[in-house]
Amino acid sequence: MHEESVHHTNSGGVTTAGLGKRFGDLWALRDLDLNVAAGTVLGLLGHNGAGKTTAIRILTTLCQPTEGSATVAGLDVVGKASQVRERIGVASQQATVDGLMTARLNLQIIGRLRGMSRATARQRGDQLLEQLDLTEFAGALVKTYSGGMRRRLDLAASLMGHPEVLFLDEPTTGLDPRSRGDLWQMLTELVRNGTTVILTTQYLEEADRMADDIVVLDHGRTVAHGTPTDLKARIGDDRLDVKVTTVDELAGAARSLSAFSDGEPTLDADLLTVTAPIRADVRVIDVVRALDEAGIDAVDISRRQATLDDVFLALTDGSRRVDDDTTTTTTAESGALVDSAASTTGRTSRTREV
Amino acid sequence: MATSLLTESVAYARRNLEHIRQVPEKLTNVTVQPLMFVLLFAYVFGGAIKVGGAGYKEYLIGGILIQTLGFAMMGPAMSIATDLQEGVIDRFRSLPVRRSAYLLGHFLAEMMGSILTIIVLLTTGFIVGWRTHASALHVIEALLLLLAFATAMIWLGLWLGILVRSPDAVMGIGFVIIFPITFISNAFVPIESMPSVLQWAASVNPVSVLIAAVRTLFGNPVSPVTKHVWPMDHPVASAWLYTIALIALGWVITQRRYRARTTD
Repeated sequence: MHEESVHHTNSGGVTTAGLGKRFGDLWALRDLDLNVAAGTVLGLLGHNGAGKTTAIRILTTLCQPTEGSATVAGLDVVGKASQVRERIGVASQQATVDGLMTARLNLQIIGRLRGMSRATARQRGDQLLEQLDLTEFAGALVKTYSGGMRRRLDLAASLMGHPEVLFLDEPTTGLDPRSRGDLWQMLTELVRNGTTVILTTQYLEEADRMADDIVVLDHGRTVAHGTPTDLKARIGDDRLDVKVTTVDELAGAARSLSAFSDGEPTLDADLLTVTAPIRADVRVIDVVRALDEAGIDAVDISRRQATLDDVFLALTDGSRRVDDDTTTTTTAESGALVDSAASTTGRTSRTREV
Repeated sequence: MATSLLTESVAYARRNLEHIRQVPEKLTNVTVQPLMFVLLFAYVFGGAIKVGGAGYKEYLIGGILIQTLGFAMMGPAMSIATDLQEGVIDRFRSLPVRRSAYLLGHFLAEMMGSILTIIVLLTTGFIVGWRTHASALHVIEALLLLLAFATAMIWLGLWLGILVRSPDAVMGIGFVIIFPITFISNAFVPIESMPSVLQWAASVNPVSVLIAAVRTLFGNPVSPVTKHVWPMDHPVASAWLYTIALIALGWVITQRRYRARTTD
């Protein structure tokens, strides 16, 4: 069984041992083992339905685990739920601020509920509004807020009680790049001051940038666990997408790319695209020359950062994807993988066109 | 915990009151609507309904008071169903606040609405000619009974709001239950004017008992009891028993439903 001692050594952090949650016949989360040190950031990375939110809900006392145990700030989340609540802040996926109240009143009521005096609640609320750049709109009804402003207010709400451990469920989903950057910066400051942060994300870039440790979840299971550097070593760095004009050229393009790649290129017959993980020192111009020499009519070449889909492809050898139904993985002549399911995936990372 | 249950509940209630401040239309069903009912029955239907004693306007007020406080269960049902549907409940549940404070907060805010309803109805009644003909003590007892009944209905409303899947369902379910219960009673017409089967239904209806009790305590005309059942023959004592039982039931089932709904 799980060692009890682990649970008491990690006072400001978060530990879980064999944590699992079943809804009916479905295990939303299974065998989650975490040991997050105080003042560090853990990134839970995974697609929708991977179990990220379930993990957060258990750790924030909103839902009871079916098996296993968890501590937050050294306290058992089931047995000491109310003490855990005093030490945490939660910003859930849905913004949970009240649209029919002003931002200021939203925060004040949370402060009052946390047992602050009227004056302290007001002061703390105003301080956070200032920090999150919302002072100008403090007196406006929250329903008039943009999505980004709502998110920031939600974060302010979760910070009202000076939490030791902060839980953020997909904090940057729906944020524009600038607000995303601001949020990251703010989190960095919080962590510097000793706050432990657990965040969930679908963006590899975010986990890479923010987290000291990353747990990759898929169908409730941990498929990888390590530092961003560890994971990168396993999945490679950037990705190069080459789009050709006919299916016949795919294999040839893959052969040319192999020379620059530190992994197997994958072929997408629907999108007529070959994707290869490439080493950091590869210059796109050299790839273009090689393709040209091989007589490949490449219509588009773009270099981008690896996405979550690339991670899954690398970690699970492409044999298991998030959407099992859409998976059609076959071996092409070159031995590379043709992955038509890749056509359903979003490629939203920074793209450099050649 | 340093905070008292009252402080926490008041903080929650503040939220509901703020909602009303922002959307004052929410108050129409506890203010304008009952006022319209008084005027409608006093001047449009009242002339056709025969009651003995001091006349229909004095008969009417007891009925409208209980009917309106009954319908007032829709308010808490709507607001709690909305909270549960939106994510806001998760925020509250992750705070170190007593579980019951959230429900008590809703209750406090709704109670203010019900008190407002009673004031509006009694004032309107007074304007159209309703008067009490009883000792101050009895009048106070009538008011206390009204407050107790309002309490019971708010708890039942909260229970309904937690029970349903969405706020839209509240209107449908609430209407289907409350409408017949309040109308097949002595609220607007004397029971003796109904067909025999309905007379039985109206006589065993606790709403009739409550209305009869309020009329008795105010010294207003009470229509004759045609089907003798114990509660109708002893309206005041029965009304208290019904109300206290309803409060106890409402409190228990609401807490239990809320615990079930917020545990997963």
